[in-house]
Amino acid sequence: MSDVEVMIAPNVIEYPFRRTTGPVIGAFFTALREGFVVGVRGSDGRVIVPPAEYDPVTAEELTEIVEVGDAGEVVSWAWVAESLDGHPFDRPFAFALVKLDGADTPMLHAVDVAAAEQMRTGMRVAARWRPARPGADDEVAEGVRYREGHIADIECFVPEGDR
Amino acid sequence: MPELVLPDRLRGVEPVRSIRTPARLDYEFTAGRATSRFLRGVAEKRLLGQRCPVCRKVYVPPRGACPTDGVPTEEEVELGHTGTVTTFCVVNVQFYGQAMELPYVSALILLDGSDLPIMHLLQEVSADDVHMGMRVEAVWVPDDEIEPTLESIRYFRPNGEPDAPWDSYKDNV
Ligand SMILES: [Zn+2]
Repeated sequence: MSDVEVMIAPNVIEYPFRRTTGPVIGAFFTALREGFVVGVRGSDGRVIVPPAEYDPVTAEELTEIVEVGDAGEVVSWAWVAESLDGHPFDRPFAFALVKLDGADTPMLHAVDVAAAEQMRTGMRVAARWRPARPGADDEVAEGVRYREGHIADIECFVPEGDR
Repeated sequence: MPELVLPDRLRGVEPVRSIRTPARLDYEFTAGRATSRFLRGVAEKRLLGQRCPVCRKVYVPPRGACPTDGVPTEEEVELGHTGTVTTFCVVNVQFYGQAMELPYVSALILLDGSDLPIMHLLQEVSADDVHMGMRVEAVWVPDDEIEPTLESIRYFRPNGEPDAPWDSYKDNV
């Protein structure tokens, strides 16, 4: 009994959750699906991106959805030398806080550059969008991920000149 | 709830109401010595439990120790392939990843000679006819498909014996 070889097996647990968005966050994802970015105007006039449902100062409900640009400035970044499961790339990339044109708060996303030397705070980056979902009568390409209302509808950001 | 003021481009388009947020947890299950022995037994079409030296209960699948007495359970006991339904659940609701046709019955089955029921499927019986005390037998997959997993038992089915008396399984309900 003491010399039994212990058995080991993979044990994967998966939950196919969906999360309801509510109207404000839903507007953000709807805009992503349509290929643009929105935020919400706060009580002090600042534009918060992604939109917050409640004002960070007064805690009032926020209702004014505003469109912002899909390019902006890197406020802060971290280099991911070894990517993990669930990361947007299986190669090195940067996570960055990007303050989009017209926004007053930065948004977290990935920046696709080959090396950390190509990243710097203050650099201009622009969204690289996934393609819009084809219409019912159009051909659907194999293996292409279309926009669906998801943060990954922006595949990543790239240096503005490279878009 | 106050009305949202939307930019023109968001008016008249179908709004997103939910997003995919799947979760995946990658584990490795380590069976431990006692359960490894049990699973190797299953691969030989044998069901092996372990008896506690203090309370004499036979645990299956064995975990190597008695949870009541806190002592190793080293005596191995081979169990029959028949048992008694203690409790059961009729599943009528479709869920993700489900392979079974509805309704189906999942039951706790007290194998003869053991003191801890195992959970398994009941088939070849209408859900309406399943009841506590029903006597059942294991139906194994074909010999060339047997592996060290309880899925090597495809399901249990009634074996035609008269119901077991309540006293024989009342401690396991
Ligand atoms: Zn015991």
